[in-house]
Amino acid sequence: MNVRPPMKKLKVATTSLSGCFGCHMSLLDIDERLLELAKLVEFDRSPITDIKTCGPCDIALIEGAVCNSENVHVLRELRRNCKMLVAVGACAITGGLPAQRNQRDVGEILQRCYVDMPGAQGRVPDDPELPLLLDKVYPINEIVRVDYFIPGCPPSGDALWKYLTDLIGGRMPRLDYQSFRFD
Amino acid sequence: MTDIPNSFNLDGEPIPFEPGQTILQAALNSGHFIPHLCAHPEFKPHGSCKLCIVVVNDRTGASCTMKALPGLEVQSDTPDLNHRRRTLLQMLFVEGNHFCPGCEKSGNCQLQALAYDLEMFNDHFTHFFQPREVDASHPDFFLDRNRCIMCELCVRASRDLDGKTVFGLAGRGRDLHLVVNSASGKLGDSAFAKTDRAARVCPVGAILPKEVGFAKPIGERKYDETPISQLAFTCDWEG
Repeated sequence: MNVRPPMKKLKVATTSLSGCFGCHMSLLDIDERLLELAKLVEFDRSPITDIKTCGPCDIALIEGAVCNSENVHVLRELRRNCKMLVAVGACAITGGLPAQRNQRDVGEILQRCYVDMPGAQGRVPDDPELPLLLDKVYPINEIVRVDYFIPGCPPSGDALWKYLTDLIGGRMPRLDYQSFRFD
Repeated sequence: MTDIPNSFNLDGEPIPFEPGQTILQAALNSGHFIPHLCAHPEFKPHGSCKLCIVVVNDRTGASCTMKALPGLEVQSDTPDLNHRRRTLLQMLFVEGNHFCPGCEKSGNCQLQALAYDLEMFNDHFTHFFQPREVDASHPDFFLDRNRCIMCELCVRASRDLDGKTVFGLAGRGRDLHLVVNSASGKLGDSAFAKTDRAARVCPVGAILPKEVGFAKPIGERKYDETPISQLAFTCDWEG
């Protein structure tokens, strides 16, 4: 590996907003390099640690698009606390699959799914615990400032590893042609 | 009078040309790639996508419409021009609904391939998410306007080669869209046939053959391994 361990371990937060956890699966797909990554970084808020709130961090990896008020809250929390925010995968960068609902009215969709469909429960869920849906699904760079982007659906483990080690090593992150994918 | 050789300089390299050729044609013929989307060797240049922007003797222009002349100093592969091309691509991506992970054309798409080649990491601009109509009325082809980039290649192919004038553009600004020449406006009711040249000319996934799908899997497609700049001027579905 070509990364010298930093003097102090970098803190990394990760989250999946409106995503499928495919990008997190890719992070696990770096396989035994996870052990090397663990020498370089320490995870803060992340599904890996199950920590629910974010402290001051160096890098945030955000998977998924922004589709409800909770996503906005989490995204802003990470932006506030992290020096470097990285959009990971098609949903975070372009809206991706969740954004396929953007061509229709959200009220119509809820009515169709929960009321009109055969076998539907007959009313739109309105429990106050449920976060409110936004009118549209947004890529994260339309809500907060984003520093870096890793395209792919999901980006491969190799692409994530290359990008992360570039970032941690203080180099401008680049992907080789085969790792640079939108699909 | 001395003959001036039919040659111009592209990024410092001499490019020979035949009189009447455009800068883009001459460059591609000599194995030098200039990014382009709406240009195609079989059709008259359109000059609309502006991806083939070059600087000729300190003035910018579309290389698909500019005639090659002896002694021109042409710049193409420069950081500034590639940055402008990336911006044009980003505008195309946010204007349409280009959902690459779910697109059958992914890996064979020229728009995507140029974005790969020019390292377009994000779409930068605010997405339009404009509702666009999908037409599945034809037995052999889909017409998915979500992916259309208004290059008019199908319009030109249908009019100039097929002699049918099946396609046209209508509307302005963000309402600009592809229309079909039939009473119902549906592709299935038009004279469009799967043997048409217009059926195989779309650089993106707007005119898609049915029953093909992912026969060739993602990862083994035309631009998956090799950048478009090395494959140059080819545009067919099978790749």
